Amino acid sequence: MPLIKLTNLHKSYGNHEVLKGISLDIAAGEVIALIGKSGSGKSTLLRCVNGLESFQKGSIDVGGQPALTNAAGLRILRQKVGMIFQQFNLFPHMTAGRNVMLAPMVVKQMSAGQAEEIARKMLDRVGLGTRFDSYPGQMSGGQQQRVAIARALAMEPLALLCDEITSALDPELVSEVLAVMRDLAGQGMTLVMVTHEMRFARDVCHRLVFMHQGQIHEIGSPEHIFAAPQTPELRQFLGVEAA
Amino acid sequence: MMNFSTWDIIHNLLLAARWTVALSLAAFFGGGMMGALILFLRVVPNRIAGLVARFYIEVFQGTPLLMQLFLAFFAPALFGMNVPAWVAAFAALTLWTAAFLAEIWRGCVEAIPKGQWEAASSLALPYIAQLRYIVLPQALRIAVAPTVGFLVQVVKGTALTSIIGFVELSKAGTIITNATFEPFTVYGCVALMYFALCWPISQSSRWLERRLNAAHQAH
Amino acid sequence: MGYQFDFSDVLAYWPVLLYGVVITLELTVFGTILGVALGIFCAWGRTNGSKTLRIAVGLYVELIRNTPFLVQLFFIFFGLPALGLELSAIEAAILATVINLGAYSAEIIRAGIEATPKGQLEAGASLGLTSIETFRHVVLKPALARIWPALSAQIVIVMLGTAVCSQISVQELTYAASFIQSRSFRAFEAYFIVTAIYLGLALILRQLLRLCGRFLFPAQRHS
Repeated sequence: MPLIKLTNLHKSYGNHEVLKGISLDIAAGEVIALIGKSGSGKSTLLRCVNGLESFQKGSIDVGGQPALTNAAGLRILRQKVGMIFQQFNLFPHMTAGRNVMLAPMVVKQMSAGQAEEIARKMLDRVGLGTRFDSYPGQMSGGQQQRVAIARALAMEPLALLCDEITSALDPELVSEVLAVMRDLAGQGMTLVMVTHEMRFARDVCHRLVFMHQGQIHEIGSPEHIFAAPQTPELRQFLGVEAA
Repeated sequence: MMNFSTWDIIHNLLLAARWTVALSLAAFFGGGMMGALILFLRVVPNRIAGLVARFYIEVFQGTPLLMQLFLAFFAPALFGMNVPAWVAAFAALTLWTAAFLAEIWRGCVEAIPKGQWEAASSLALPYIAQLRYIVLPQALRIAVAPTVGFLVQVVKGTALTSIIGFVELSKAGTIITNATFEPFTVYGCVALMYFALCWPISQSSRWLERRLNAAHQAH
Repeated sequence: MGYQFDFSDVLAYWPVLLYGVVITLELTVFGTILGVALGIFCAWGRTNGSKTLRIAVGLYVELIRNTPFLVQLFFIFFGLPALGLELSAIEAAILATVINLGAYSAEIIRAGIEATPKGQLEAGASLGLTSIETFRHVVLKPALARIWPALSAQIVIVMLGTAVCSQISVQELTYAASFIQSRSFRAFEAYFIVTAIYLGLALILRQLLRLCGRFLFPAQRHS
């Protein structure tokens, strides 16, 4: 049974159809990269899986349960899948530790002591054990993004959705975030990432999904996608269009 | 007929100014609490609550404070009650303040980036928790300066309560003018006293705003 | 028995109400045109004027913004005759409105001027314009476009504020309400109807100002 099952997902803004029937099964422990040009619908797809965008047709099942789109259903869905954003979206008025502790305390009703223990563990896991009391404004972009990862992990999600999480970072800070992702992948975490880091996609991901004009245009292993792209659109995207 | 020296004028005006201060503070705090309620109705995702709040704000911002004072003064009479001027003054000023503060604060809530709401919802926080832990604490920080600034409007607004007979600074000015026939001196002093009350508040509001902007740039 | 509402007694005085509306609008129109003109001058003085002018304008703006309109009105109407300046009630009311809006709009317009990108000033200077010419042709219009919503809101506030002019017997809307209630003994109904008229005027004025903005500043929706 797949961990996440998308069936015939349709979404449009007004007359503009952004997702034109997406079906995708994601197994537990799988690491998947969504690639494609901007506007191809990959970010929207990710945001649908976290319930940040509504969709008109189709269904999303997580852990064998269909995701409901009412407020309570969305909260259940979001406890199962965590989300990490391009702009980090840390809460600037809370320390790194408090950022991580918040959801376990409010959503899972943990005591402050328990939540702190988890927060310290998660910050350790992303290599920021010493920055528990730092405010986001005092940290580099890479550190902030790692706190955001720890914050999502603290809810013990079944899968993590990553929306271009290195795109807003200075080039020298990208690798520290990718190293964390690599560790998570090694520990068997299910990851679905929208990314432009092709090397990372090739080295770490199990499957690549190439999206084009709101549809899954090609899908396959990194070797398959990079070595033997089938469609001209993918070849053009990869810049390997033969002369 | 009494003889008023300039000192007598100032002394009597200062006594009356205490009521201006008291009414301003009462209306500001009353209006703040009521305003928080209106703000909640305004931002909560419920169509009817939003409409009620918008109607409230529209009515109190779209009509003269003086009319609101008259209505607060005369409406209880319909039910056979005669309210003293200070009750009507407090009630009207509170309702009026609430409308403006609710609107100021809504602007602050809307200034919080969408990503903060999204991050909070992606962590499965319920709506109320998103407001309480994420949005309101940040909105509060940017709300301080304009809220303090609005206190100046409240202090000036209390001058209108003289018209329904509440004896505060402006009313005292009129009474003393009628006794001394020195409107230039008396209203000049009244104006300076309002200025002495309001200017420091205006300045601190500006100072708070500059400090906040400076803090923003440090990030 | 509950109170019997009777609005017809009040509505019978419709000519008085209509006259009140006309006077309120008269105060608003004169106050707005002259007040905004004064505001533009003061905003210019505060950003480009000599040091003396800057201080004088600053004093005026602070003094007006930190005292009640009612007291300004009383000072002008009752106090100024002591200096030999006798004004009729309506003249005093218009003068007070102009002075009041002048101070607020000066502050609003100044904010708009200070948001002018530096490159615009340099471009003006590089074309050989004097500072006044740059202000007139390069700075002013975009500045007004930027702050038009804030200025519109202030104009509506001033319109509602003219209600206190009834206190020096200017026969505007609020005066009409007092007059009617003293004849009909229907205080609540009179004030209720007049309040509703004010609300209508405020809504119409706001729409009118929005249209004005669209007409005066076409295609400047960038801020």
